[in-house]
Amino acid sequence: MNALVEVDNLNLHFPIDGGFFKEKLTLRALTDVSFSVEEDETLAIVGESGSGKTTLGYAISGLLTPTSGRIKFGAALGGHSQDRPVQLVFQDPFSALDPRMMVGDIVAEPLRLQGVSRAERLQQADDVLEQVGLPAESARRYPHEFSGGQRQRIAIARALIAKPKLIVADEPLSALDVSIQSQILNLLNKIKRDRTISYLFISHDLGVVHHLADRVVVLYLGRIMEIASRQDLFATPSHPYTQALLESVPRISRGRRKPGQALKGEIPTPLSPPPGCVFHTRCPRAQEVCRRQVPELLPAPGRPEQLSACHFKD
Amino acid sequence: MSVATPALEVVGAGHVAQPDRPRLLRVSSLSVSFPGAEGRESEVVSELSYEIAQGETLGVVGESGCGKTMTSLAIMGLLPTGAKVSGSIEFDGKDLTAFSSRQWRCHRGRDVAMVFQEPMTAMNPVMKVGQQIAEVLVKHERLSKRAAFGRAVELLASVHIPSPERRAQDYPHQLSGGMRQRAMIAMALACRPKLLVADEPTTALDVTVQAQILDLMLELQETYGTAIQFISHNLAVVSEVAHRIMVMYSGRMVEYAPAEDLFANPLHPYTQGLIRTLPDIAQPMAELYTIPGSVGGKRPSGCRFSNRCPLADARCREAEPALREVMPSHHVACFKVN
Repeated sequence: MNALVEVDNLNLHFPIDGGFFKEKLTLRALTDVSFSVEEDETLAIVGESGSGKTTLGYAISGLLTPTSGRIKFGAALGGHSQDRPVQLVFQDPFSALDPRMMVGDIVAEPLRLQGVSRAERLQQADDVLEQVGLPAESARRYPHEFSGGQRQRIAIARALIAKPKLIVADEPLSALDVSIQSQILNLLNKIKRDRTISYLFISHDLGVVHHLADRVVVLYLGRIMEIASRQDLFATPSHPYTQALLESVPRISRGRRKPGQALKGEIPTPLSPPPGCVFHTRCPRAQEVCRRQVPELLPAPGRPEQLSACHFKD
Repeated sequence: MSVATPALEVVGAGHVAQPDRPRLLRVSSLSVSFPGAEGRESEVVSELSYEIAQGETLGVVGESGCGKTMTSLAIMGLLPTGAKVSGSIEFDGKDLTAFSSRQWRCHRGRDVAMVFQEPMTAMNPVMKVGQQIAEVLVKHERLSKRAAFGRAVELLASVHIPSPERRAQDYPHQLSGGMRQRAMIAMALACRPKLLVADEPTTALDVTVQAQILDLMLELQETYGTAIQFISHNLAVVSEVAHRIMVMYSGRMVEYAPAEDLFANPLHPYTQGLIRTLPDIAQPMAELYTIPGSVGGKRPSGCRFSNRCPLADARCREAEPALREVMPSHHVACFKVN
């Protein structure tokens, strides 16, 4: 497989100016993040709110400039980071669509920027709306006439129309009912079958990721905890954080829950991440060494493809 | 609220799964409708009958637009103006539908309390968290402001908010989503209500925080014996807390059973569909099941699910199936179930 995007030692820090008398702080959104997205691959980025998932998605889309490190687009993209064939789908389909624009114009907007004529744009918009399963007359209606799931289809159509190589989908299911989530998941899978496209699929829910991802990156407080293929990650999760995330996915097969199994505490502030392993404050396995030394991202025992950043990994 | 019809006994409904626990809430033939365009009425809840025992958790499941929230608002006396209510809601022996607005104010917050989906919009953004919790205690328990604030700090500690003294002085925006929901639960439990109505309390949260909030609700139920009406569109979430489950579709109850029975033997095609749409970590599938169509739009004649049901035939499109008890405590409204 060829790498579509290579992320190399990415750091993204936001300086915070607390005011005249306050010291300047740095919010460390991403620290030493390296991975690649292959062609025709779905890579899921998983982690809690505040883990840096969205920042990472924005950095790859070119909406945020890294503090240090490189994001390299592969030969398939011509290597130019200026014209990134990347499109975004956002979490909330209610705020992502301009309420005063007709759906056809919303969907065709990426083409307008490329200088395509309006008649041609609307023709293409009709085609792509049909591909995402919306009725043909949708183009001449307004966003408020559509339900949440339909709006997410419109957002996906808008992302598809410019024929991107990569779609960054930032929690595209979180705002939807579960019954609608499965429809959108199936749609994303169908699009993937019909054309060569990669997804960077951002989610906090491993249950959803399981149905879509080829590989999974687990992020915590701006650092990668684990990278593995879907099979390895779900069959033999290596990092305690991955295990906790898996454990917290609600399942109907378990019956009424026994309290006390949830991961304790909350994700610390990225203004002052804990020393050593960033997860040690909540980790059930934390030892002295975890408080001192940042664990490297290394293969799990016997699984060279599965990388995990833990001193006591499985 | 006005009571249009007297309480009706509905055959088969209202069976208490745990007969050892006394009944707390009994809803009989509850219907809620709103005046619509051209003098037509739109009925959002139809002939709903169910019970909740003391200390029990009833899960209410259905897609958006099934009437789950309207049912809870009816119990809370918080329905929007213009809503027409019929049927009866009996809470601890009192008929709530006959309540005056003054009686409702006494009742809400003390006997029943509600936790909403998005605590950011449910809380007052310009009032300190501690004060908001204290307000309930000043109103209902006639505590002094100072004593109430002290109680508020204790309540924040009881929902495991770290450094509660400091957090009580914070404004809602200063708390994380999970902590706001904890504070919201602390507020709801301030007067030890007998019933907590939780409307999608974890939908806006991360799965890890969701697990913590579910733990907290189970723990508080254990400690105080609070009954919970837990509403969610996600059957998997409901399965983690509920003793019994009511599945709603388009304003009607379509299945009602003890949680174990419902999952072991889901009878209604809608319930089966909801279960099959869930991504299952244990069994990956190439294609997820989807229920065709959506809840909204014009209701079909006959069974309200008939236009989306894979089993529907002519009979389903003509008449509406009644809720029947097909197995002990297991009720279903479907012609196709024997």
